[in-house]
Amino acid sequence: MAVEIKMPALSPTMEEGTLAKWLVKEGDEVKSGDLLAEIETDKATMEFEAVDEGVIGKILVPEGSENVKVGAVIATMAGEGAGDGAGAAAGNGAGEGGEAEAAAPAPAAEAPAAVAAKAEAPLAKPAPAEVKIAADPAIPEGTEFTKLTVREALRDAMAEEMRKDERVFVMGEEVAEYQGAYKVTQGLLQEFGDKRVIDTPITEHGFAGVGAGAAMGGLRPVIEFMTFNFAMQAIDQIINSAAKTNYMSGGQMRCPIVFRGPNGAASRVAAQHSQNYGPWYAAVPGLIVISPYDAADAKGLLKAAIRSTDPVVFLENELLYGRSFDVPVLDDYVLPIGKARIMREGKDVTLVSYSIGVGVALDAAEQLAADGVEAEVIDLRTLRPLDTATVLESLRKTNRLVVVEEGWPVCSIASEIAAVVMEQGFDDLDAPVLRVTNEDVPLPYAANLEKAALVDAAKVVAAVRKVCYR
Amino acid sequence: MVKPATPRTRGKSSARSAAAPARPDHNEAKPVLPTKDYDASKDELLEFYRQMTLIRRFEEKAGQLYGLGLIGGFCHLYIGQEAVAVGIQSALTPGKDSVITGYRDHGHMLAYGIDPKLIMAELTGRAAGISKGKGGSMHMFSVEHKFYGGHGIVGAQVSLGTGLGFAHKYNNDGGVCVAYFGDGASNQGQVYESFNMAELWKLPIIYVIENNQYAMGTSVNRSSAEDQLFRRGESFRIPGLQVNGMDVLAVRAATEEALKWVKSGKGPILLEMKTYRYRGHSMSDPAKYRSREEVQEMREKSDPIEGIRKHLEAAGISADEIKAIDQDIRKIVNESADFAETSPEPEGAELYTDVLVEQY
Repeated sequence: MAVEIKMPALSPTMEEGTLAKWLVKEGDEVKSGDLLAEIETDKATMEFEAVDEGVIGKILVPEGSENVKVGAVIATMAGEGAGDGAGAAAGNGAGEGGEAEAAAPAPAAEAPAAVAAKAEAPLAKPAPAEVKIAADPAIPEGTEFTKLTVREALRDAMAEEMRKDERVFVMGEEVAEYQGAYKVTQGLLQEFGDKRVIDTPITEHGFAGVGAGAAMGGLRPVIEFMTFNFAMQAIDQIINSAAKTNYMSGGQMRCPIVFRGPNGAASRVAAQHSQNYGPWYAAVPGLIVISPYDAADAKGLLKAAIRSTDPVVFLENELLYGRSFDVPVLDDYVLPIGKARIMREGKDVTLVSYSIGVGVALDAAEQLAADGVEAEVIDLRTLRPLDTATVLESLRKTNRLVVVEEGWPVCSIASEIAAVVMEQGFDDLDAPVLRVTNEDVPLPYAANLEKAALVDAAKVVAAVRKVCYR
Repeated sequence: MVKPATPRTRGKSSARSAAAPARPDHNEAKPVLPTKDYDASKDELLEFYRQMTLIRRFEEKAGQLYGLGLIGGFCHLYIGQEAVAVGIQSALTPGKDSVITGYRDHGHMLAYGIDPKLIMAELTGRAAGISKGKGGSMHMFSVEHKFYGGHGIVGAQVSLGTGLGFAHKYNNDGGVCVAYFGDGASNQGQVYESFNMAELWKLPIIYVIENNQYAMGTSVNRSSAEDQLFRRGESFRIPGLQVNGMDVLAVRAATEEALKWVKSGKGPILLEMKTYRYRGHSMSDPAKYRSREEVQEMREKSDPIEGIRKHLEAAGISADEIKAIDQDIRKIVNESADFAETSPEPEGAELYTDVLVEQY
């Protein structure tokens, strides 16, 4: 029985082509893989092969024909046996004699038709299910607080999770014998041994991939980057491997990993060692991005990050490592991911920030209070998903908003907050949203220039005066 | 001259001496390429034939569906390389050993016995596809089989596979990871970063370079200063074997040797599989970088399926028996294509699922 050989599409965008040359003639016997013809498109000349054996019947389109539409019947072919006709040549479709199996196959069966209709219907984004983000756990009355540095709080978080879960291990440069380049992993090697606290060679791209692979294999890696500046060598593994795999696999393959380390400007280390990657990672669906300010949040959120089944980028700050804060003395202090924290209440203006910027905002609020302006300070804590509800709720009260960010202004978290507020809180605004960020330059080394480039409380106070018109 | 190297001292700072002798656990005994092919039973020969033919026919059908516009984007066919995946996979312990590869991944999945319908439906972007239609040709996974993809970034799977090897060692589960990559990927930096760590930590991993001789359109000699790729592990003290990747029995024999090496705790090993792809790099490859004669010669002289056919005949398997297998495979492949064409596309709501696992 005759089978139709159709003009093939040789690339996803091809609609027609030139049948440059027939490499078989009528009556030829062909077997799978034999070349049938040469097809020219605007991009290339390609050969077109038989998929099965058979005998070439009639050649319907002579060589040299131009503008042959994809899917047009160009020849017929007799299959090997009557029952064996299906699939005799590339270009042959499943439906015998169907007209429209080309680039956009008209579905013969009922099911695909229904699908086509469905696909045309607008894909309404499901209204965000009323996921009530858990509030911070109530701290029982009478709980003791202890002063801990951010560095100690992070270390305690890792140690507690390592005690709880054998799958958790820490890997990175100088995390073991050296006790951490910034001493964040101090004591972990002594407690957990070299199976679980692993010094790597200086090889960020490699060990980020090893970590992601270990997570796919069922472990719970905590990968330390000495600083996030060096993670740029590894960013492909963070985004293309860790963040996207769950989606690409239809939810089959998890990658529960934490990438952590200091982020943002340190002190006098110049441009290559001073950059805030918060906006970079926060732009990527599939990642969780956390950037805490104080020690209690650092501890509670790092514990949550290690427990999460999703890949987490955990951005710390070198200048905060040595600062001490009150941390509740509780057996298992875990905080919810994706929930901002109101650090100071106020009614006149909302200051939104994260990481070291929160300290700047709090200083500014203190100065403003002396002037009779009551600023509300929000620490976003998580940059993805962003807790916009808390920001908008505060705006409804204050009607004025300034974002404080230790980072560049363009395409920043500040830009994102401004956009969200414009879209969802427009009617609550009595003044434009202002962004107080670093200057839009690589960070300079000279002390005076560095200071001029970074955010500080004076710049925040000036912005608040502007939005308060005073 | 061997320069004095620092011995391995992780966890023992006392041994940190710059003048220490070369690492004592240096791999003295090198693995050797088996001189004899794998001695396959009649049943095994039949199974090799069946799997390789299934891959060949499946890929031809995929090419056909691509021509019809039913498969979009990039589609990299495994035709010509069948003996590599089939020979290696047959030596592994399913559910214990893990496997990871690049984007030319259909063959490896079929060699696992994963339902061709689920694979073909993924190629056509249907809900029933193994990745729910969200991954496509290059991004397919079966965690159930410990098949970890299906990765689209050249070389990324080598670091990821090293992590899988790390997990085997960490869990002490006796499993081995096989990380496949191509001659093109073998020039990526992260491959060597991974080699270094794998040997340093003696991870149970077999690195398999599927050297099909062309990285897209650039031949190995034009891209590689050391074009004998099995030597690429040498500066990390990773031994390598060069194997005829067109002969499934040679592939299997080399894999047995590699498994022995890795399972005895000697760390990673590299297998260079000399193979050849008959088709273009992807479906939209004009194939101007090599002659038709070169392809034809490989097909005629080194085809892995024709090769195994001779063994089947020698084992007294009749032409009718082989024909029955062929017909069976044709049916399976046609059914997978029908299924892939007629099963529905993903629901619109699937757009938003599987971005994150948890709710925050």
